[in-house]
Amino acid sequence: MEVPRDTCLEMYRRMMRIRQFELAASELFRRGQVKGTVHTYIGMEASGVGVCMALRGTDLIVGTHRSHGHNIAKGADTKRMMAEILGKETGYCRGRGGSMHIAAFEVGSLGTLPIVGSGIPLAIGAALAFQMRREDRVAVPFTGDAGTNTGNWHESMNMAAVWKLPVVFVVENNRYGVSTNIAEACAVEDLSFRAQGYGIPGVRVDGFDVMAVYEAALEAVSHARRGDGPTLLVTESYRLDGHYAGEPEVYRSRSEVDGFWKLEPIRRFRTYLIERGVASGEALDSIETEIRREIDEAVQYAKESREPDPSTAMDYIYA
Amino acid sequence: MSDERDSVSLSGALPGFSPDMIVQVPDTIPYKVLTYQEAIREGLREEMRRDPRVFLIGEDIGRHGGAFGVTRTLIDQFGPERVRNTPISENTIVGTGTGAALAGMRPVIEIMFADFSTLAVDQICNQAAKLRFMTGGQCKVPWVLRMPQGGGAGKSIAAQHSQSLEVLYAQFPGLKIVFPSTPYDAKGLIRAAIHDDNPVIFLEHKMLYSVRGRVPDAEYVLPIGKCDVKRVGVDVTVIADGSMVWHAMQAAQGLSAKGIDVEVVDVQTLAPLDEETIGVSVRKTGRAVLVAEACRSYGPTAEWGMVAMEQAFDFLKSPIIRVAGRHSPIPFADSLEKGVWPETEDVIKAILAVAEY
Repeated sequence: MEVPRDTCLEMYRRMMRIRQFELAASELFRRGQVKGTVHTYIGMEASGVGVCMALRGTDLIVGTHRSHGHNIAKGADTKRMMAEILGKETGYCRGRGGSMHIAAFEVGSLGTLPIVGSGIPLAIGAALAFQMRREDRVAVPFTGDAGTNTGNWHESMNMAAVWKLPVVFVVENNRYGVSTNIAEACAVEDLSFRAQGYGIPGVRVDGFDVMAVYEAALEAVSHARRGDGPTLLVTESYRLDGHYAGEPEVYRSRSEVDGFWKLEPIRRFRTYLIERGVASGEALDSIETEIRREIDEAVQYAKESREPDPSTAMDYIYA
Repeated sequence: MSDERDSVSLSGALPGFSPDMIVQVPDTIPYKVLTYQEAIREGLREEMRRDPRVFLIGEDIGRHGGAFGVTRTLIDQFGPERVRNTPISENTIVGTGTGAALAGMRPVIEIMFADFSTLAVDQICNQAAKLRFMTGGQCKVPWVLRMPQGGGAGKSIAAQHSQSLEVLYAQFPGLKIVFPSTPYDAKGLIRAAIHDDNPVIFLEHKMLYSVRGRVPDAEYVLPIGKCDVKRVGVDVTVIADGSMVWHAMQAAQGLSAKGIDVEVVDVQTLAPLDEETIGVSVRKTGRAVLVAEACRSYGPTAEWGMVAMEQAFDFLKSPIIRVAGRHSPIPFADSLEKGVWPETEDVIKAILAVAEY
């Protein structure tokens, strides 16, 4: 598939933006400047970016506890995201949500719902609204491998299939639900097989290869837009960071993690772009410099932003 | 937390309530007499006609009309897309409603029995109730979740189809909880619930579906968040919800002959609770009896009692008494069922106790 140069560079830019954002967020967390927790998307950038680049601004996504990457891939502003992680009034959720609940409705992110599997039905409902209003829009619920064992996921797969809803179920198989390897939690090795139980297409792609994800997502999205119903898209991936930033990771070996670092998606895409003559190393370096500056500014903005006023603690409970 | 002090009658069946006991529409206004079930249906019909964003979603609500026939015939008028049968997937049914609401629709979700809503507690309580808050006001979730609860008169279907769950949901800020007691209220409140921009739990009492009452021909909407004083009195305030409002009215009628003038406050909206109306009434009478079918321990009566005390402590002339369901699952056998729910005579005893204190 021929992908325009601008699209390739935008994918590279978004992957780099996610990586730099996550590195900065983890660093703030380690220094005790972020409360709660931070689940990073490091190593999975190709999955979220490949999918979201296949979507339009009017399409909607729903994320998980590990969705900084999904929001950024969909176009969210890193300043407002970083401010949210630091619990500031200028954050997307005005400091009410934090790392695990960032929603950016302005770019079509309906929310990142950290209870595993629970966000998926929201995408089904959005897709139902699109279908009832005859709108040419698609809804994409992201989940990890562990989410495919929840009732929500199975109920949603079934409902979307029987109603032929415009949904692309994206399963990012990063191999672990917290500490539990998917092989301990599911007897099916290829998670895309699970689509067969619902009579919908199941596709498995290399989640480290942004071009492969993009191509598969485009096909699944156009299938949905044609009115042919949902697709299950499994991106085979890995989280190179712990379940949360700074986690001891007692459940996997250093050599396993090192092995997956060799597949790391950004360096791989960089090599691909240079080898194909899409961009020079210098051009890609300057994208990285530009993104590093953007993230530095986001951190600065977040740190300087004001905290929510305690007198507003009861705001936004009722409409 | 023993409930042994509750006086629970072991005799007598739920009385056939006369519509004359609660008349909310005067003779001068054109009206028709509808059952509670028909009134809800008429409210749904008017809203679906008025607003194309309104649609119904739930198990067996199409041709079958739902377990209690509330949505019967609506599929003929509005078609299967807007009267949408679902697979048996309570959690995802509610989540689908939430997603559709986020995307600009006004779904009315039906759960077949309130007991089954426990399968959807995550979607109701963690998602729908909190989404607006968690996102700093970026969204709203304008859905209505209809479900029947309660039972009585040997018509219950035991422990997993009969429980009263208003308090479970009252613990979740972000939800509104409405529980009408008459056809007039049911129609006015279902319409208000659909207009409301928040997730509204709309409880329907199974024993009230066949209760008849006057409903105006003209369109109307009732306010959510207000108690309704069903009977004005000066001696004792009875605060009740759902079918217990009828028991309270019957008790009040019986006692008026004995010269006890009872005020009956129908809670109607459990969340947010109209503390003002409770306060005004109890400050006036100085005596309060609280009546609910839900379990006594940590039940709705516990909250109403605290509100009455906070609002009217200096005016109280007697202790507050509650009459409530016992701390038991609902049994199947008719004889046992009568042992767990309050009846009119329990309300009468309680009123006499506070009046004569």
